[in-house]
Amino acid sequence: MFNKKELEEIAADNKRWQRIFKESVSKTPERLERFSTVSGRPIQNLYTPLDLRDLDYSKDIGLPGQYPFTRGVQPSMYRGRLWTMRMFAGLGSARDTNKRFHLLVNEGQTGLSTAFDMPTLMGYDTDSPRSRGECGRCGVAIDTLKDMEILFEGLPIDRITTSMTINPPASVLWAMYIAMAEKRGISRSAIGGTIQNDMLKEFIAQKTFMCPPRPSMRLIIDTIEFGTKEVPKWNPISISGYHIREAGSTAVQELAFTLANGIAYLEAAVERGLDVDSFAPRLSFFFNSHLDFFEEIAKFRAARRMWARIMKERFKAKDPRSMWLRFHTQTAGCSLTAQQPYNNITRTALEALAAVLGGTQSLHTNALDEVLALPTEEAATIALRTQQIIAEESGVANTPDPLGGSFFVERLTKDIEEEAFQYIRKIDDMRGMVTAIERNYPQMEIADSAYRYQEQISSGEKTVVGVNKYGAEEELPLKTVQVEPGLEEKQIQWTNRVKNSRDNTKVRDALEKLGEAAQRDDNLMHYIIDAVKEYATLQEICDVFRDVFGVYRDPGIY
Amino acid sequence: MNQKRKIRILVAKPGLDGHDRGARIIARAYRDAGFEVVYSGLHQTPEEIVQAAIQEDVDMIGLSSLAGAHMYLFPRVVELLKEKDAEDIVVCGGGIFPEEDIPKLKRAGIKEIFTPGTPLAVVTKWVEENLKPRG
Amino acid sequence: MGIAEKIISGDVTAAAKLIRDIDDMVPEARAILKELYPFTGMAYVVGITGASGVGKSTLVDQMVTHLRKAGRTVGILAVDPTSPFSGGAILGDRVRMQQHSMDEGVFIRSMATRGYFGGLTQSIKGVIDVLDAMGKEYILVETVGVGQDEIDIVQTAHTSIIVLIPGMGDDIQALKAGILEVGDIFVINKADREGADRTVSDIKFMIEMDEKRYKDGWKPPILTAQAVYGKGIREILDEVEKHREYLTSSKERQSKYRYEKTRNDLVEMIKDKIVYEVLDDIIHSGEFEEALQLIMKRKIDPYTACDNIVLKKLKPGKG
Repeated sequence: MFNKKELEEIAADNKRWQRIFKESVSKTPERLERFSTVSGRPIQNLYTPLDLRDLDYSKDIGLPGQYPFTRGVQPSMYRGRLWTMRMFAGLGSARDTNKRFHLLVNEGQTGLSTAFDMPTLMGYDTDSPRSRGECGRCGVAIDTLKDMEILFEGLPIDRITTSMTINPPASVLWAMYIAMAEKRGISRSAIGGTIQNDMLKEFIAQKTFMCPPRPSMRLIIDTIEFGTKEVPKWNPISISGYHIREAGSTAVQELAFTLANGIAYLEAAVERGLDVDSFAPRLSFFFNSHLDFFEEIAKFRAARRMWARIMKERFKAKDPRSMWLRFHTQTAGCSLTAQQPYNNITRTALEALAAVLGGTQSLHTNALDEVLALPTEEAATIALRTQQIIAEESGVANTPDPLGGSFFVERLTKDIEEEAFQYIRKIDDMRGMVTAIERNYPQMEIADSAYRYQEQISSGEKTVVGVNKYGAEEELPLKTVQVEPGLEEKQIQWTNRVKNSRDNTKVRDALEKLGEAAQRDDNLMHYIIDAVKEYATLQEICDVFRDVFGVYRDPGIY
Repeated sequence: MNQKRKIRILVAKPGLDGHDRGARIIARAYRDAGFEVVYSGLHQTPEEIVQAAIQEDVDMIGLSSLAGAHMYLFPRVVELLKEKDAEDIVVCGGGIFPEEDIPKLKRAGIKEIFTPGTPLAVVTKWVEENLKPRG
Repeated sequence: MGIAEKIISGDVTAAAKLIRDIDDMVPEARAILKELYPFTGMAYVVGITGASGVGKSTLVDQMVTHLRKAGRTVGILAVDPTSPFSGGAILGDRVRMQQHSMDEGVFIRSMATRGYFGGLTQSIKGVIDVLDAMGKEYILVETVGVGQDEIDIVQTAHTSIIVLIPGMGDDIQALKAGILEVGDIFVINKADREGADRTVSDIKFMIEMDEKRYKDGWKPPILTAQAVYGKGIREILDEVEKHREYLTSSKERQSKYRYEKTRNDLVEMIKDKIVYEVLDDIIHSGEFEEALQLIMKRKIDPYTACDNIVLKKLKPGKG
């Protein structure tokens, strides 16, 4: 970006400056022995144009809305439209969560985001012995289509989009949503939203799993294929690095494993016979925004550039929208502390700011009490206000990619890109992510990083305010949300009533047909929709998958 | 040669919650403190955990939970240990707990509760100071 | 009921506690092992060994599934290495056997190598006797690595399975010297990976080079498996049965095998007992420290020092 002569002058200047720097340090030594990011990346004492010698402005950085999209996927970015402030909600019964949704929509939220409880996430009904004690705890409990109908009762699902954080049974919950819409006279081509549906990162990080990797891939490709043909406004997958980071990965690992997962889904869909440009524009991503401000911004920028390059060079995409990496961001839950919880507001604000400077399309900010329990309404509101302050008071949304051209940020972006590509090459050498997961490769890499980070905190090498430094004797107590006692019993009784009023012969028929189709190569979505319409329960459908495809068990990597 | 008795600990993840970062880190920290750690893996029922603790003859079970089902799962483990005449196995818990649940868990027989941010050294030291290998 | 009686009647808690005592080298455990001995000798012991990451636990898990379907009771002993730095260990094999955890016909026990003077093999023999006395029909002993300890452990089994994965080229060369010689069955796991055929032919070549290995009539079969998908497991168990028949079909061979095994076991046990009884005393005696200082100052050679100490201890009056 600078010509040879300029660079020579800068190099000479820099040499002089480094001498001055050394002298000054010999008098007053630096505060730390080693300066590094949250991910352990060493940071230099200064960044200058010399650090950008391997970068070409138009090839590597370019303009917003133009390949390789380092500076953003749209030309105007937030000058046109702000990011979507999408807050995750879900608690207790479908009825309770429906109330919360109405409240959010009335407050002006244009997108809903649904959290499910653990049994739902794992494909079990509330009455399963494995579900004991879990009903409604970390989200809403859904056993049948009836619950889905109540969850969205009275909500304008033809105008708002719905995101559902659900993985192994994503196809089933999606089928319930489609069936629910159709019962209300809204066609499947009119509804919009996202299902997370990213199983690979479950094996790697979040560990909500049901069937082994290969059949899981087949179910996902079924949903992508079905969505492309019949539910065109829906994002059938949200390829997620969030949980990889929460499991303790570095920023580079989060990025690399997420994109490698994306590559695996693309390859599988292409193998199914889909044209890349027919579905790639509907793939969305989901990243974590952690505390290391500049490293995170660089990670988001690198992500866009890498995906554009992967789509263009590797998958030969033609449609620029296929090359767009559109992503949702959530601030890092794992960075919050139970100690002095009000400090979490500040942490979340910094992380949200990084996500915005990184060009996110939508954002969830964590509530200060999320480290203890599901957020109270008050805490969730502060979190939403944090976004609104960034959007409308701070001025950071006034111009796209305000940090583009920073010597430090551009260097970080390039380094992160290179290191992430190294990981991707390694995974390619293993014949792709599915095999890498079967060999526990990403799992082990993350386990090592997580332990290293914990040791740094324990030794005080890394500071966590209120935890290993600046601790307080007395702490302000926090009020937390409690799940209604007796909810589990109530939900079990309710589902029993649904089961008693349905036509059990039709249910059995639908499940049998699903099982047969699963043994063939048929796309399963139609069969699942038929089954949910007969009010087959979530677990009844998932048990068919477990029977036909087998159950995946934790390989126990530590 | 009299071999000193080794402390054995079962680190277990009860319930459906898959957040195992904490459990894995604690398992390593216990190993690095010189204990023998049996790791149960994910998605264990209280029954499975107690069965493993007895077969492995551990001195302590460390339960990790981050998804809010601890009020059923933790006391259930203590209850089952009693049923199986194995209440000399100490039960501790780690993870995310609302403040008001902690005294309730302790009353239910959970010996100690570790919340997020507890230094690893504190967790391992607790074992050294409070746990005697069962004779 | 005494402890031994409890164990014989299948009491899990009593067995688990005795295993702990054996592992912790509590002297009282020996008395109970003596009581249990008449009730042992019924179980069939299969050793499964190989480097870390070859999928042994998954293989064992699948073998257990098959054995249980056939109505057999199973004891599993999973040995993992002790950290040389802390003396601690993470024993994670159980994770892959979760599905059997509530099955009363299965007893799973994890052990660490601990790294004391050869005591591991003795401990394992003791634990095998406990599982045997409990009435477990099959005992599967899983160990990691290819060191001397593993070879010793493998030799305590009736049938030894060596597990490899494709692409272990150099490792196979290294195996030749040690563990290859004690394998009765070879399993190439993860056989869907590239290079499986090559690994099979490498092993085949090595076995054929080593004629004395099978001149007795048992030529180790080489099988492929994909334990994760449950493939190849039945074939492995069939070969285990064939090997069992081979060992028992000829009276002559059987008594020769028993003689050798019993002899080996007794030699090892005596060695261990000597170490246990004598070494600790010696090391903690003033004499030992004195000799150490003299050697450090080069006032005496270690050979003489050793002879002096040991002979005085073992043959008092002659020294």
